[in-house]
Amino acid sequence: MAGKDMKSNRVYAKRVNISKSWYKFSRNPLSVLGLTVLIIIVLAAILAPYITPYPEHAGPYTNFPESGQPPNLRHFFGTDTVGRDVFSRVIFGYRFSLLLAVVVISLSVPLGIILGLIAGYTKRKWLEIGIMRITDIFLAVPPLVLALAITAMLSPKLLNQMMAISLMWWPWYCRLVYSVTSSLRNEYFVHDAELTGARKGFIMIRSILPNCVGPILTKITLDMGFVIILGASLSFIGLGVQPPKPGLGTMVADGAKRLPAEWWMTVFPALAIVLVILSFNLIGDGLRDMFAVEEI
Amino acid sequence: MNRRSRVGKVRKIKVTVEGGWVFHTLTFSLYNIQEYSMLKYIGLRLIHSLFVLFGLSLLIFFIARVMPGDPARVALGPLATEEQVQKLREEIHLDKPFPVQYYYWLRSLLKGDLGRSLYTKRPIVKDLNEYLPATLELVLCSFIISLVFGQVTGVLAGYFRNSWFDGLSRLVSYIGVATPSFVMAIFLLLVFSHILGFIPAVGRISIILRPPPRVTGFIILDSLIAGQFKVALNGLKHIILPALSLAVAHIAQEGRVTRSSIVDNIQKDYVATHVVHGVPTRSVIFKYLLKPSLIPTVSIMGLDFAFIIANAFLVELVFMWPGFARYAVTVMLNKDLNAIVAVVLIVGATFAIVNLIVDIVVSFLDPRIRLQRRGG
Repeated sequence: MAGKDMKSNRVYAKRVNISKSWYKFSRNPLSVLGLTVLIIIVLAAILAPYITPYPEHAGPYTNFPESGQPPNLRHFFGTDTVGRDVFSRVIFGYRFSLLLAVVVISLSVPLGIILGLIAGYTKRKWLEIGIMRITDIFLAVPPLVLALAITAMLSPKLLNQMMAISLMWWPWYCRLVYSVTSSLRNEYFVHDAELTGARKGFIMIRSILPNCVGPILTKITLDMGFVIILGASLSFIGLGVQPPKPGLGTMVADGAKRLPAEWWMTVFPALAIVLVILSFNLIGDGLRDMFAVEEI
Repeated sequence: MNRRSRVGKVRKIKVTVEGGWVFHTLTFSLYNIQEYSMLKYIGLRLIHSLFVLFGLSLLIFFIARVMPGDPARVALGPLATEEQVQKLREEIHLDKPFPVQYYYWLRSLLKGDLGRSLYTKRPIVKDLNEYLPATLELVLCSFIISLVFGQVTGVLAGYFRNSWFDGLSRLVSYIGVATPSFVMAIFLLLVFSHILGFIPAVGRISIILRPPPRVTGFIILDSLIAGQFKVALNGLKHIILPALSLAVAHIAQEGRVTRSSIVDNIQKDYVATHVVHGVPTRSVIFKYLLKPSLIPTVSIMGLDFAFIIANAFLVELVFMWPGFARYAVTVMLNKDLNAIVAVVLIVGATFAIVNLIVDIVVSFLDPRIRLQRRGG
């Protein structure tokens, strides 16, 4: 009994205490490092036109006399086959990657949460089974394969890539929220709310959803990394950001043709991908610790 | 007299114990509820997988048909006349409504026919037969690598937790998980083939060698069957880099999962009991600790396998591996609708089979899951 009561209190007591959370998060130095790196990357991506040495190199620009230069003081990451500064292009490439991740997450997470809540909370068995079986169908193939197929059947553009990946991403959230919701459906605080005559939408959002915040936030940060990997993979095949715009995956693919002599065209964009994903993963770990401590 | 009777008594007790045991096993094998429920469970899972594959085919078929652009026109190119396009449309039932098209497609699928490629006009089954073994060889190889290395690092890191090895494996795993497999492939290619130069860069075997007669389609296995060890070695050299670049992320992940479950289990009383009783460390680890600790790792293996297949799509491009994934990317870029549907279904079916196997293995590792199923 005591356990149940405490659990119900927990929901209402769960006001986000920022300084306490930050303390827990900052206990893991790697997560703080990840956050710092990510903030730098995001700022650099937003301010790209102002801080990059050659902002005009992010588009259809050629400067053949300077093509194929190895890294030097004027071009930190060298120049590519038509003489564009790889450093500037990498910073601009981050814009597309981050944009992709933000758009995909903000499209797929609300959809997944809503469907998961409905499937977990509803008392109509057919609705629950229906939603979860559709989820199963989407999860039956690795997201890369179906996203690849869909983007290819549409036309290779960043927008279509975003749509295809979002279509593949909501089922993970649906399943996550569903499992939390269906385990909480018969808790006392939910019954309490039902007895006081709260509407279903209110119960789902105010009583159940706060309990999903921890896992969802952790998953979002980790998924930002995965979505960026997926986007880079699609652009690597040629189904993402179209040249002359600088996609990180596209740059890796273009440079790979010139290995090993002109390695900087591949290695720096590739390292840039690794860096951003690494920082998301480190933050995700920190968040997981933060929420895990709170659970106890 | 007294002595004899005592012997007799002992023998009698022994017999009853043995008899009880025999009786027990007999009842279990006769009314083997455990196995019966396992079979039932596998059956249910199979039905579920079939349902999911059916839904998947419907989904991908639907997407393929509602996409803008006429597949017949795409297939014949802009130079074809309207009549030719119309003829092809009728040939592949594109002029009929969607459910009818799906019916035709499903009917031919049940006969084992996946249709013809809109481009090459070759039967897709024939293409798959040619390309699939190469990818399966690669994927299996990398699966084995990730399994072995993931377990070894996980066990070592868990046993020597908070040592330098644990720290190193944590660092490597962070980088491994954050590196997409195609980036890993390029790095490995750059270092081992281009800079160090002792591993060939592309293909399945060197061009100068003749591939062995095809039995399984796995070149290494085939050449071993044919007794050509040189070819097998050459094939092994070719497969090692792509397999490794697919495996690294999963080595990292499985290593971490195994580590944390070893750390969880090592604090339990039964391990302390074994140690106190003087059981050698090695057998404590491998005999008593590893089996329960494997459960979480094995459970994520199905997902790992799926991701290896997906990533093979890119790694095969980097290493020019003549496999299914490269075929898949080609048909996708060509908008070859029939082939795309076939490719997605094949991946889905492989995933379903692997998941089924994983579930069975997990239930053998964990008797509790078996017993739960017996109840329900």
